[in-house]
Amino acid sequence: MPTRVLLARVIIELFTSRVRVTHELRAFCSPLSIGEETRLFLSFRSPIASPAMPPLVPKSGDAVFASVERVNAELFTLTYGAIVRQLLTDLEEVEEVNKQLDQMGYNIGVRLIDEFLAKSNVSRCVDFRETADVIAKVGFKMFLGVAATVTNWDAEGTTCSLVLEDNPLVDFVELPDTCQGLRYCNILSGVIRGALEMVSMKTEITWIRDMLNGDDAYELRVKLLKQVPEEYPYKDDD
Amino acid sequence: MQFFSGSTSTESSLLPAAPPGTGAGGPGNNAHMLYIFNRAGVCLLYREWNRPLRTLDPQQDHKLMFGLLFSLRSFTAKIDPTTAEKGNLGVPLLPGQGCSFYSFKTNTYQLNFMETPSGIKLILITHSRTGDQREALKYIYNLYVEYVVKNPLYVPSTPIQCDLFTKNLDQYVRTLI
Repeated sequence: MPTRVLLARVIIELFTSRVRVTHELRAFCSPLSIGEETRLFLSFRSPIASPAMPPLVPKSGDAVFASVERVNAELFTLTYGAIVRQLLTDLEEVEEVNKQLDQMGYNIGVRLIDEFLAKSNVSRCVDFRETADVIAKVGFKMFLGVAATVTNWDAEGTTCSLVLEDNPLVDFVELPDTCQGLRYCNILSGVIRGALEMVSMKTEITWIRDMLNGDDAYELRVKLLKQVPEEYPYKDDD
Repeated sequence: MQFFSGSTSTESSLLPAAPPGTGAGGPGNNAHMLYIFNRAGVCLLYREWNRPLRTLDPQQDHKLMFGLLFSLRSFTAKIDPTTAEKGNLGVPLLPGQGCSFYSFKTNTYQLNFMETPSGIKLILITHSRTGDQREALKYIYNLYVEYVVKNPLYVPSTPIQCDLFTKNLDQYVRTLI
């Protein structure tokens, strides 16, 4: 059985128990027939005892992080490393890998937002400043266990930087010379972009500083392009 | 493994008649129907437990329900006497902005509504004597997140056909008073 499929199967088994990330593994699973995936999924989907009812008060990042089920950080880091390595082997072009990671992150973000809203109970943010604060303090804390800081606001308040001192994705990682230009944590930019798009904000996210390339911290530049309010979807009555 | 479609399937199990509110389900079931819509108006789930009268075909029914809530939400935000920021008339509101209505009651039923900032709308129709169902709707939203959003085989923005979700949902709704 090709390595890719084996890896994907292992990962599905590990992750259908309660990890928030990596539903995107389906992208690798093309050789698997739908029947196999279903069986794997169902065998690990033990009926969860009723999920706890969240109280109505918004929880801080620490409180939410303490209340959700967590997975071993090393497992998470090593699995992410395996994904990136497999992508490099399959695609060979560093730019392609960056794009694919971003796309995976986008698909994750689109689902992640619902879980975030359900567990953390934050109400709609009034403006982009509040949004950035919520992402840094509650979002990052809840899903990665580390809080980020928000800095470098521009004059209009539409662009800011999220700075991460500590990033669980990159423990044990060193980039070889053949992979210069690889944005290892590109999945994070995709996740934020996907999640914000589901709350009607179109954004553009770029990496400014990356510790794997020798800088002292991770910095993401988040720029709000526009807010897209929902429109009545049905055309005139037929 | 068969995934059965969650649309328009009435609960056919005839449990022994229990007094309403004991949670044994069947004829004592207090919830009539549940709709889940996403922000584009796609009906993700329609589930009915107790609906003696049906006046429209399913397509019309869903469109009407979505249209009603869309307009009602924008109406309640405009009429709000307490909030300063309202936006202009005719400009569509962002989900979650402005005041949010959560139920309306008639002499025969009560419609409970919840909308998340990501645009997911949950509508639960119950007997008119039920109290505030916001907690129940939050719980159902949590169920949705656990069983549908986290399901790798579910494609977002398509109707839900997830066995575990409908089973847990039915189980939960039976316990609603």
